[in-house]
Amino acid sequence: MTLSDHPLLEVTGLTKTFPVRQSLLSRWRGQPRRAVQALTDVNLSVKRGETLGIVGESGCGKSTLARTLVRLYTADSGSVRYGGQDVLALSGAELRGYNRRVQMIFQDPYSSLNPRMTVGQVLREALGVHKMRPADQIPARVSELLSLVGLPAEAANRLPHEFSGGQRQRIGIARALALEPECLIADELVSALDVSVQAQVVNLLLELQERLNLTVLFVAHDLRLVRHLSHRVAVMYLGRVVEVASTEAAFEAPKHPYTQGLLAAAPTLDPGSRSLEPAISGELPSPLNVPSGCAFRTRCKSAFGRCATERPLLSDTGDGHMVACHLYSGAGPT
Amino acid sequence: MMVMGTTQTTMTSPSSPLLSVRDLNVRIPTPGGELHAVRGVSFDVAPGEVLGLVGESGSGKSVTLRALLGLHRAPIKMSGEVHYGGANLLSMPDRALRSVRGGQISMIFQEPMTALNPVLSVGEQITENLREHRNLKGKAAQDRAAELLDLTGIPSPRARLADYPHQFSGGMRQRAMIAIALASEPKLLLADEPTTALDVTIQDQILRLLLKLVGELHMSVILVTHDLGVVAQTCDRVAVMYGGRLMETAGVGELFARPKHAYTHGLLGSLPGSGSHSSNHRRPLTPIPGGPPDLRALPQGCTFAPRCTYATGECRFSEPPLVEVAPGHASACLHHDRLSVLEVSV
Repeated sequence: MTLSDHPLLEVTGLTKTFPVRQSLLSRWRGQPRRAVQALTDVNLSVKRGETLGIVGESGCGKSTLARTLVRLYTADSGSVRYGGQDVLALSGAELRGYNRRVQMIFQDPYSSLNPRMTVGQVLREALGVHKMRPADQIPARVSELLSLVGLPAEAANRLPHEFSGGQRQRIGIARALALEPECLIADELVSALDVSVQAQVVNLLLELQERLNLTVLFVAHDLRLVRHLSHRVAVMYLGRVVEVASTEAAFEAPKHPYTQGLLAAAPTLDPGSRSLEPAISGELPSPLNVPSGCAFRTRCKSAFGRCATERPLLSDTGDGHMVACHLYSGAGPT
Repeated sequence: MMVMGTTQTTMTSPSSPLLSVRDLNVRIPTPGGELHAVRGVSFDVAPGEVLGLVGESGSGKSVTLRALLGLHRAPIKMSGEVHYGGANLLSMPDRALRSVRGGQISMIFQEPMTALNPVLSVGEQITENLREHRNLKGKAAQDRAAELLDLTGIPSPRARLADYPHQFSGGMRQRAMIAIALASEPKLLLADEPTTALDVTIQDQILRLLLKLVGELHMSVILVTHDLGVVAQTCDRVAVMYGGRLMETAGVGELFARPKHAYTHGLLGSLPGSGSHSSNHRRPLTPIPGGPPDLRALPQGCTFAPRCTYATGECRFSEPPLVEVAPGHASACLHHDRLSVLEVSV
């Protein structure tokens, strides 16, 4: 086994619920407190230098997963191991060290930067808190970071509102890179940007990943982009990982009915291939009330008896192609 | 079918357009100077046609759509002509315009939650339109409202009439908004990014529904979107906007196969999946350099020239007019015949 076969990040059985506020009356009546099932038994691993794409629709838990991985949320149960460390048990200096090595870039370049801090202040703060450089070297490092993301050195003196969306996303990337991370978690990195600008930021990410040997978790709903960037893809639905496969396998030969439907629903650029019927009918169930068994069974054309009673577990169907679906777990429909 | 160029056209053939827009201009005064958001836009919509108005943020696509129904108020200035049913909507008195607006021409919006009235039930919002434009009242209006909800694919429609918008999911709200818009049996539906706020599987459902209704009700649609995939999967013809102007218009197949404007060409070329996907996996994309133009300080000549790899001195001298460069295909690009062949994969 070579070093790169070792997972850098390993997520096992990760579960996160958000309790819903309960009225006094229902508490007095002793009604059970309801909770949003944001993540249910999530299992994933990411290799060093790899890009793992995480896709799914709103409410599938992809952003909760990203935030739980950087400890912005506290997991209910499960484990996250990073380079052998138990991430969920870290505290103090060890947690700060982890937070330095695993950096998150946020979706909205308009709200994730402090509007009253110049770009230079933003970067100096990051460098100072983590004592990345002696004080006299910080100005040089700020210029270096800005040039790394393709911004001029004088950008340091300007405020976020003076930049376009694409430039702000570059600032967000520079801030993450200030800490010389090993792993970037990019949550909808370019979805707030115009199409003509997206490619610029995507290219920057590709180039930086190559140069700095970064591991990337690319959380996005744009399937075309995920296909282009990812080595492997994890598909989530209602807080669960339903399929993990190499990008080629996930897009060319998806196994889970949800993945198949999701790919068919995404509008392609070929006007000649129009369908008349929607790929998946029905609405997304409420995450407060996830269907029993397989969460997708209420919209699945292939659902059968066992899907309602037993939750399918993510299991390997060969070549590391993991699927959580009873169609592939031996006893299919009878 | 679309006609370009001069402001006066004499189209009386069997394919005479349902709506004709000529030299539409919208100017928005701002503290930083006047913003010329729509500049001399002309296009036609044929009966039964789905026309895509596509562009990035700030291209003027939504402003154009709203101008068609005179939805801009002072100090915003509109000029030009919007011909519908033998009249110019822009010079029509308010009272007469009200019977067209929401009647023969309906509109649906991006955010159903902000476009719907939160304190009226969905049923009341549909019957309001039925009363105003179809003169239906009481039981007849209730029955028709339930029919409309059923038509848009809302289960147990009669029971849902009493529900309020907040009791509907995002996709359901968009269905309800479509039901309200269809109540007046419009000839033309204006749709402003109707699926942008929705998830991809719900977007797919709503777009299929719209196409089904277009066929059944013989409506025309102007669909404003920034999503080229949505255009490819929904529209018959496409008009591409950039910096407040129409850059290119063509049939949808023609536009994706043979773009004739450097901007459209660059946009399609910048998408991942251009070229054969396996060999291009994780390769750098081909971005359009720079950023969108500042509408308060537009460059002289072609608005796209500062970002264009094909631009020459001539492009920076005067703004090229939109002219027909192939049958049914118009472009405002001087270099439309120099663009390299694109290989856009699905």
